[in-house]
Amino acid sequence: MIPGPFAYHRPTSVKDAVSLLGSLGEDARAIAGGHSLIPMMKLRLASPAHLIDLSGVADLKGIREDGRDIVIGAMTTQHELVGSELLANKIPILRETSLQIADPQVRYVGTVGGNVANGDPGNDMPAVMMCLNATYHAVGKTGERRIAAREFYQGAYLTVLKPGELVTAIRIPVPAAGHGYAYEKLKRKIGDYATAAAAVVLTLNGGKVATCSVGLTNVAETPLWAEEAGKILTGSALDAATVKKAVAAAEAITSPASDGRGPAAYRTKMAGVMLTRALARAKERTGA
Amino acid sequence: MTVNGKKVEELVEPRTLLIHFLREQLNLTGPHIGCETSHCGACTVDLDGKSVKSCTMFAVQANGADIRTIEGMAAADGTLHALQEAFREMHGLQCGFCTPGMITRAYRLLQENKNPTEEEIRFGIAGNLCRCTGYQNIVKAIQYAAAKMNGVPFQEAAE
Repeated sequence: MIPGPFAYHRPTSVKDAVSLLGSLGEDARAIAGGHSLIPMMKLRLASPAHLIDLSGVADLKGIREDGRDIVIGAMTTQHELVGSELLANKIPILRETSLQIADPQVRYVGTVGGNVANGDPGNDMPAVMMCLNATYHAVGKTGERRIAAREFYQGAYLTVLKPGELVTAIRIPVPAAGHGYAYEKLKRKIGDYATAAAAVVLTLNGGKVATCSVGLTNVAETPLWAEEAGKILTGSALDAATVKKAVAAAEAITSPASDGRGPAAYRTKMAGVMLTRALARAKERTGA
Repeated sequence: MTVNGKKVEELVEPRTLLIHFLREQLNLTGPHIGCETSHCGACTVDLDGKSVKSCTMFAVQANGADIRTIEGMAAADGTLHALQEAFREMHGLQCGFCTPGMITRAYRLLQENKNPTEEEIRFGIAGNLCRCTGYQNIVKAIQYAAAKMNGVPFQEAAE
């Protein structure tokens, strides 16, 4: 399996990368870790004439605090997310999710920017970013704009990103101290995409849910933010009856494909099971 | 780039995958071509302190990198690396196809975690498939190597 020929570019600044993307047009693709793109190129499902390697752009790296947000450079690898003390303290669901992505070798190379920007519904980070209400910084010829993760995904491999635009960073509002969280992923084996997965971030106040946000992975053409499920749970004590109602609301918005991971009805049910487990574990973890 | 401690300068086509470059241009046939889809880990090499699957990286992306393959594990006088000795002593291989990837991956794992638990070893080599051993002896071999590298006697867990 040998990819088709291409010209290789290695810009050292975001400006140069965006200008290359703009001038080379549709035949150019940006490459981050390459662990989605290179397999596609080997199968000749993608054959870009130009590859713009972002690994030389120092500005796309790193994790920093900015006021009440944490900003993660798009070229930050899953391995770096796992190792970050800052994230472990402030947004631990990112570490929990990263550890469930692929395998160690892939995590050393795979980037969070590639994971969120590629638009693959099997990727784990998009639903987590929707759950956390993250914002993506996108830079194009005309400058930077910010796009809510919850409005970013339109279909399988289809996002609101315009041709020539590059996701440069991900901005995440830090959840309240003492929040509970969990990412529950059902997969057939290490390295597999989710059969179904659920992300939960919640806060409790006096035993009642003060805020609750739910994301779902790989049970529709796009990652899902289960807004209704979160609303149902808010104000409850996470009692069995309310959880059941919220799970039903989450299951109702899924529309998974029937494939090697199981028939659609099964995958919908598993999304519900993952959500139930994630809620229980998030509750256990709250400091309130 | 530097490969097994030697400076290497070669001309490649951009689409040349790192595994093909290592095997065909440098004649380093230790890293194997297995699944070619970044699942099996047979092509694993150590690159700038990371374990990477060289079938899913272009050689140009490794421009300037410091790479170590299984050929660079033993000492110059032929003395085996602790991991190589361990795989031999603990029967950590049968057909041997996965072994170069297993050892280069285990090398990085032990650099990051000098004394891993059995569970940490299994999680750490989750990106390397073996179709012969059932992994038991591979895990044992890595425990043996860790003990040797830490200068403590290896104690086999009770079955």
